[in-house]
Amino acid sequence: MNSFSILHVQYLLQAAVWTVVLSLVAFVFGGVAGLVIALWRVSPNRILRSIASWYIQIVQGIPLLVILFVAYFGLAIAGFKLTPLVAAGISFAIYCAAFLGEIWRGCIQAVPKTQWEASECLGFNRFEQLTKVILPQAIKIATPPTVGFMVQIVKNTSLASVIGFVDLARAGQIINNSTFQPFTVFGCVALIYFCLCYPLSALSKHFERKLNVSHR
Amino acid sequence: MSAIVKIKDLHKSFGTNKVLNGVSLDVQKGQMVAIIGRSGSGKSTLLRCLNGLEKVDAGDINVCGHDIHHPDRLNLRELRKQVGIVFQSYNLFPHLTVERNITLALTTIKKMSVAEARKIAHKVLQLVGLENKIEAYPEQLSGGQQQRVAIARSLAMAPELMLFDEVTSALDPELTAEVLKVMEDLSQQGMTMVLVTHEMAFARKLADVLVFMHQGKVWEIGPPDELFSNPKTAELAKFVSSDL
Amino acid sequence: MNYEFDFMSVFANWERLLYGAWLTIELSALSIVLGFVLGTLCAIGYRSRNWLLHGLVKAYVEIIRNTPLLVQVFLVFFGLASIGWKLTAETAAVIALTVNVGAYTAEIMRAGLNSIHPGQIEAAECLGMSKFHVYWHVVLWPAVERVYPSLTSQFILLMLASSITSQISAEELTATANLVQSETFRSFEVYAVIAVAYLVLSFLFRGAFWLISQMIFVRKRKLGTNL
Repeated sequence: MNSFSILHVQYLLQAAVWTVVLSLVAFVFGGVAGLVIALWRVSPNRILRSIASWYIQIVQGIPLLVILFVAYFGLAIAGFKLTPLVAAGISFAIYCAAFLGEIWRGCIQAVPKTQWEASECLGFNRFEQLTKVILPQAIKIATPPTVGFMVQIVKNTSLASVIGFVDLARAGQIINNSTFQPFTVFGCVALIYFCLCYPLSALSKHFERKLNVSHR
Repeated sequence: MSAIVKIKDLHKSFGTNKVLNGVSLDVQKGQMVAIIGRSGSGKSTLLRCLNGLEKVDAGDINVCGHDIHHPDRLNLRELRKQVGIVFQSYNLFPHLTVERNITLALTTIKKMSVAEARKIAHKVLQLVGLENKIEAYPEQLSGGQQQRVAIARSLAMAPELMLFDEVTSALDPELTAEVLKVMEDLSQQGMTMVLVTHEMAFARKLADVLVFMHQGKVWEIGPPDELFSNPKTAELAKFVSSDL
Repeated sequence: MNYEFDFMSVFANWERLLYGAWLTIELSALSIVLGFVLGTLCAIGYRSRNWLLHGLVKAYVEIIRNTPLLVQVFLVFFGLASIGWKLTAETAAVIALTVNVGAYTAEIMRAGLNSIHPGQIEAAECLGMSKFHVYWHVVLWPAVERVYPSLTSQFILLMLASSITSQISAEELTATANLVQSETFRSFEVYAVIAVAYLVLSFLFRGAFWLISQMIFVRKRKLGTNL
């Protein structure tokens, strides 16, 4: 049994890099899918609206941990031998798409209806309406809650440890199993997470104040 | 006659802004005292000092036997059971029915039973002419009705003194009359009332004493007819002519 | 894909899974109630002029909201055990979940309490009501009504997050699924089944919260408007 030392801290910091990598993967892929979901949710097409709505309701009603397991084992059955990183990335993307989709739908709907009417009267088709008028305004409204959700993404990556991905949380478990100093080890892990998350939280609040927008 | 309110040389500032600059005023039992003046003259602040909502910087102020200028010895809750106040924005509790708005203080502070409190609620609502609205919620009532309920709520505590802070200023003109009628009835029943108001006709007709405030002082004081027809100072003359 | 789905071996364990679901409900309900009380007290403390109290609450909320629940659960379970407090997994789970939901409740209730117009508080105080009565009758319950959607969303998230306590072997639904999976080797089927089970639980909790709101928010039930 060895004692918690600076070498362990280094190991934790290296694992933290993987936490950041996984967070970015989740955000990028989840973001793209989330945008599609958001647009489908406000689409005039009833079928697209339904699919997006069901998707959000189902994913939001299942724990992320379970989604992780279903995706991991499901994909294995389908014949895909995936590394934990890829399996985790796909699972988180599925999860994030639902939440980001819901957040962004709210932001698109927060753009005043008069903007839709005005742009339609100017002769824009739906695609032009979205890209030139609606989305630029929606992005402004969406910034605080999106940055806020990034905090959730970073925290959620701790679950990837359960399928063997060596992120910050898993690294902490590994070290704890050899040093048996849980307060020190997990305290250090918590501190590193805090340093990753708190700036994002503060940034989100800053945007909210600056844009003077209140969103649930 | 006993003075319910005794104010001597009252001073109050908000930061560097001197709002009350040596106010002296007595209110006798059963009188209606109307305080008028331009905004910023200190009228509302003076009123709010009477039930301890504002702290005083200097001077003596005695209301219903309580020395408000000694805050550490003051039993604020006792004072407020004896002094009722009605606000410009009514401040009814929106999540409670009219009845519960009135009985809340009775059951929690006066520890009355629900049945006793209900009887009093019926009585005061009768006084303001709204007995049929006892089960309604504030949002279902007009502004004038809400204000009358607010008056009833304060009356239920059986105060010795009632304060009215510009209670008709937020109302549409056609709703003002019903509230003023209630206040007239109250006065005729002998309630001691101090009101800050812009309703000049009402003050002229019903007030026993008119107080004109200017720059934080009692500029002129006396029977309303005298002040309106023979203002002694230029400021009151200007105020009266611009309002009537 | 040459895989034969076998859900029957999962359904054969329905009693254990049901028991696991029941424990999820118990853990969640207890943590929600305790966490709500804790969070509300913190929200009231946050509004106090005592800077120490204000600072402590702020620190508590920020730390919990910026660290993962998994790490919080480990700290409670392994950390307290290392200083001699050996807790059962279920007790540690309730403590960690309560502390976690308390921080989120504090934030939500703070917004709720701030939404009460100061004129209301003034009017109540001018009737002679004590600070406690003013809070209880005039501030607290209207605040809860205003933020009820946010609160209940957070509570449902907590119920789902209780699955994380499977990592310290609290015998709730996910942990039970892990056990069944290790015996039957039907990984996909087991987790697909409990995914559906959690959906049902989400639905049940939402229904329960709706029923509760109908009971305690009488004005809303009668008039249908927002406060």
